Amino acid sequence: MAGAAASNRQRSKIAPYLMILPALVYLGIFFVVPFYSLARTSLSSSGGSVYLPTLTFNWDFGNYAAALSHYQDQIIRTFTYALVATVLCVLLAFPLAYVIAFKAGRYKNLILGLVILPFFVTFLIRTIAWKTILADDGWVVSALGAVGLLPSEGRLLSTSWAVIGGLTYNWIIFMILPLYVSLEKIDPRLIEASKDLYSSNRRSFTKVILPLSMPGVLAGSLLVFIPASGDFINADYLGSTQTTMIGNVIQKQFLVVKDYPAAAALSMVLMAIILVGVLLYTRALGTEDLV
Amino acid sequence: MTTQAITELATTEPKKIKGSPKWGDLILRIVAGLVLLYLFLPIFVIILFSFNNPQGKFNYSWQGFTLNNWAHPFKYPALTDALKLSLNVAAVSTAFALVLGTLVAVALVRQRFRGMTAVDTFLILPLTAPEVVMGAALLTLFLDLSWAAGYTTILIAHIAFEISFIAMTVRARMRGFDWTLEDASMDLGASPTRTFFKVTLPLIIPGIVAAGMLSFALSLDDFIITYFVSGSTVTYPLYVNAAVKAAVPPQINVLATAILLISLIMLAVGTLYRRKRIEG
Repeated sequence: MAGAAASNRQRSKIAPYLMILPALVYLGIFFVVPFYSLARTSLSSSGGSVYLPTLTFNWDFGNYAAALSHYQDQIIRTFTYALVATVLCVLLAFPLAYVIAFKAGRYKNLILGLVILPFFVTFLIRTIAWKTILADDGWVVSALGAVGLLPSEGRLLSTSWAVIGGLTYNWIIFMILPLYVSLEKIDPRLIEASKDLYSSNRRSFTKVILPLSMPGVLAGSLLVFIPASGDFINADYLGSTQTTMIGNVIQKQFLVVKDYPAAAALSMVLMAIILVGVLLYTRALGTEDLV
Repeated sequence: MTTQAITELATTEPKKIKGSPKWGDLILRIVAGLVLLYLFLPIFVIILFSFNNPQGKFNYSWQGFTLNNWAHPFKYPALTDALKLSLNVAAVSTAFALVLGTLVAVALVRQRFRGMTAVDTFLILPLTAPEVVMGAALLTLFLDLSWAAGYTTILIAHIAFEISFIAMTVRARMRGFDWTLEDASMDLGASPTRTFFKVTLPLIIPGIVAAGMLSFALSLDDFIITYFVSGSTVTYPLYVNAAVKAAVPPQINVLATAILLISLIMLAVGTLYRRKRIEG
């Protein structure tokens, strides 16, 4: 009996490692090693023809210098678009998440279901639909034109605003859900307490609700900003040659031009800027509540 | 600061502050409603244009109502094949990723071991890499290994991004369960295997189902990573992307609407089932 118990304990010591091993090995091979390949490619020189490219690894840092100088515009544009889209997501998601958390009553689950529903349609098809909505002869353009709110180009499609709008639309769900979760967690008694202490509605919002919703804003911002800065579909479908982002360049260099070192260097730059940005952002807002 | 507080105290009636003003509340609800409408705007367009009768190659502007597209949803074999392939990839990759991801989640919730936090952090990493970089990295690996891109490389890539989602979802659903039930079962003489099948599994099954559905949806919808590792193989999103460049048949809208309806029905059935279980 005692022996059985001991062997049981013995087994449970290695059991967790046996359980995590398959996934860790898998991610090691197909997540960590690919980044090694990417880094190696970014430091290689390409030779050969377009059809049979050859790569020689020779610590060629020139790829990075070329990427940074050639695609400076795209790099700045990418992070500007992603930043504006993230801010728009916060502004649009907040009222909706607030109403679901505090005002929806018994319709809460229904509205949450409705919020998720549009995202059951493939991302690409939703973006095509925006092409129709923002078309030059569509009602949105004529309505905005009638009130004089059209951008200087006189149209919406193929402008920066269309691309930013698409980025906002496609990732807003990742802002609404974490925001809702953190608003939902707020103890209503805290809001009541602030009002009992003669705080105005605005003050209980800025002093109680807003600070307590920060974990949601933080998580949501990361979940919107990261995919938005790596996207190339919105710029491709809704933009023009004047609105290309880093993702478009990486995609084209990898799959069309097949200049692998340049594309790999640009991917590393994108990843590095995002990592630094995320670190600074989480440092500024605090990460304790994130996980 | 203090003077401001005092003046506020002196000038305003407490009762008026406590109840929120009706018009402010109304504006808030209207704004929220408009945002909800904004989320649905493209969906309305997609459904409407599944009934369109486009004259040219592109289904972008309204030409006239027809039921023809719905009568022949599988008119384009390439589109149907792409959808079938995507369903296949989603099912197979989810099955693999469910096993790997659930094992990690169970280990993280149920066991204490050295290096837990490191595993936790490592699992979040794939979720923080932009898709275009992950696709590019996988492509360079397959190039280095001289593996031909196709069905297998798509599967490999999908499993790689699904594992983390599944592990996170299952883990989140497992937190806060009463695990003393397992001890109770063992105390009552059940073997560890019996305990696992009779107690542990029923407890974690809802989490696994939820994670599986999420993973399936993510796989079906993935374009960017797949685009990098697909070679000449065409999944459903890849077909749609190629269509944007050449010709967009309204059948794309028909199938998208059908998928939406099926998801809606599954969602409703799931909700009703759960409600019934709680009540019964």
